[in-house]
Amino acid sequence: MDFQLTEDQQALQSGIRSFCDDRYAFENIVALEKAPLERERHRELAEMGVFSLRLPEAQGGVGLGMAEAVLVFAELGRRVVPGPLLWSHLSAGLVPGAATGETIVSGLDRTHASNAPLLVEYAGEIDALLVLANDGVHRIDARQLRAERIEMPLDPLTPLSHVRELPQGERIAGPEQAAQLRLEGTLLASALCLGIAEMTAELAVDYAKKREQFDRPIASFQAIKHFAADMHVRQEMARAVVYAAGATFDDPSVGDVARAVASARVVTFEAAMKNARMCIQIYGGMGYTWEMPPHYYLKRAFVLENTFGSGDEACETIAERIDV
Amino acid sequence: MDLRYTEADEKFRRELRGWLAAEVPKHPKPPPRHDWPARRVHDTGWQKKLFDAGYAGVNWPAEYGGRGATLTEELVYYEETARAHVPYIGMNFVGIRHGGPTVIAEGSELQKKTHLPRILRGEEVWCQGFSEPSAGSDLAALKTTAVRDGDHYVVNGHKIWTSFGQIADYCELLVRTNPSAPKHRGISWLIMPMNLPGIEVRPLPTLQGESDFAEMFLTDVRIPAEQLVGKENDGWRITNVTLRFERGTAWAADIIELKEFLSEVSQLARKLTRDDATAWEDKSLRREVGHLAAEADALWALMKWQLSEIQKTGIPGVGGSTLKLAFTELNQRVYELGTRLLGRAGLSRDDVAGLPAERVLHRFLQTLSLTIAAGSSQVQRNIISERILGMPKEPR
Repeated sequence: MDFQLTEDQQALQSGIRSFCDDRYAFENIVALEKAPLERERHRELAEMGVFSLRLPEAQGGVGLGMAEAVLVFAELGRRVVPGPLLWSHLSAGLVPGAATGETIVSGLDRTHASNAPLLVEYAGEIDALLVLANDGVHRIDARQLRAERIEMPLDPLTPLSHVRELPQGERIAGPEQAAQLRLEGTLLASALCLGIAEMTAELAVDYAKKREQFDRPIASFQAIKHFAADMHVRQEMARAVVYAAGATFDDPSVGDVARAVASARVVTFEAAMKNARMCIQIYGGMGYTWEMPPHYYLKRAFVLENTFGSGDEACETIAERIDV
Repeated sequence: MDLRYTEADEKFRRELRGWLAAEVPKHPKPPPRHDWPARRVHDTGWQKKLFDAGYAGVNWPAEYGGRGATLTEELVYYEETARAHVPYIGMNFVGIRHGGPTVIAEGSELQKKTHLPRILRGEEVWCQGFSEPSAGSDLAALKTTAVRDGDHYVVNGHKIWTSFGQIADYCELLVRTNPSAPKHRGISWLIMPMNLPGIEVRPLPTLQGESDFAEMFLTDVRIPAEQLVGKENDGWRITNVTLRFERGTAWAADIIELKEFLSEVSQLARKLTRDDATAWEDKSLRREVGHLAAEADALWALMKWQLSEIQKTGIPGVGGSTLKLAFTELNQRVYELGTRLLGRAGLSRDDVAGLPAERVLHRFLQTLSLTIAAGSSQVQRNIISERILGMPKEPR
């Protein structure tokens, strides 16, 4: 057992971190509100291997595993990098051009259908829509979508459209593949949440060290320190459970993959949501303004929370597998 | 990121599992909690069996009679013993987990030869004399004095939370040997034989209604100077050494037991009915169990992460505080769920109608002590925010 990052994994992590720190620094993020998805930036992410990471080398991919993919997605989460990142990654090898970033793919999980409105992310910017349904995976040509743009999406970096009727599209894979993609998507969304939990904890601590009230940094007050400690605990638990799920996914002999992913989902989403809220609280009045970063993280956590099933569903999955 | 155990680990697991399957059912049930002599026989009897089979002191160096297991073997040991529901470490706790390791790290050769084999064989029971009525979270403020008189220390003071004080043969005792030095620099670590004149032990019943705790009044107790461990006035550092020896595995067995208990809750919920359905058919209960199990999974992963880190660097970091805080608080929520599931059956401390009220209630009440003992949750949050996050100390 060596449950630490290998040298290659550390290099991968720091490479993608410096790329994101440079290209998605907070000043740039604000500018991206007007156009969150530029083809050039999407291709750049593709060149970094974000979409082709787990595609076998024979198919032009990087040939790495889920353990590496969660590292990369945690970094994307730290910088609230916009774009249909999850779906374009899941489409690599399934939709031609997705791995290289030439084809931009968004998606919808319809395996647990409800009468909730169909809200499609990036409908106006994509080439194809991937739909996970109980009978399999469907690919819809984006030109067939009749989508009404939502003027004010919750996450200013995730444009949304309302689609009243979903075209049938082409069935490109069966139900097992749909379930598998949902599992992979859930884990990668958990990794994005890990990034949110990490960054909001760091932002809050940095802010508390600088902000002075009563003639001293608010970071010296126990009331603030204890909240920060709780944020740190949530971040550490989120990281461990996501990494463990990644390693278990790659080698199912070490555990129950379905439970590992469900546990990651439950712990990381809660960490992201609670840390983002606490970050706003510690920023005080400034945390409630648009110009400060915390709200972007809270809003992205909401988007991710509603991408693949619910937290309640994940909790029930774990309960069913409690003896496995 | 590699979570696989080695073939050697798995071989160790098979042997241990086989031994536990044969021995655990043969060991008698725990005697009533007030029957100290019987409890001593029960607890130390199991320790003796572990010793004879070569499993005592799994993480103690082989040269001192331990197994000298690798970190992963140690993890396997905790996994298997928790799953086999072995007898609780009980009154072996202070010797095996605290006093013994400190003697290994800092004791003289004579102290090692005198105490270590006897602790491992269950022939010596230790208690802890650290806390005092006015030195709890601020342990270094302790006031018990030890004044050198020839080749003895003359000790006076009042200790509290002295677990197993009534039955112990030795006490790991913190005393102030230099009252004029800064508080962390005037403390010494002594091994006090409990049969010396001047030691009065008074039981201190806990909210459990049992007297595992005691108060200890020390009046002119003459402790031979060779009972000093390490150097005089170096006791604070020595106390912290013990924590390092734990190598981050301190909570391993407890986390496994927590996971086991959640599984047990699901079994129990299948037996209990509410409104003509079993409790397990209640979605909200299943979700709560699943949620708690997710957090337990995360804790277990975090422990493996920290363990692998220690394997590389050899030094346990302050990450132990993160684990202690998260585990002890989750532990309370899990056993609280157990009591809610029992409902009115949990109003009885005795088992009623085949429901495990005695154990669940005992464990639930015990969880309330773990967020206080060994650095309260509030102290852990201070440690995390100051030493990990670099936040300034509160003016004191």
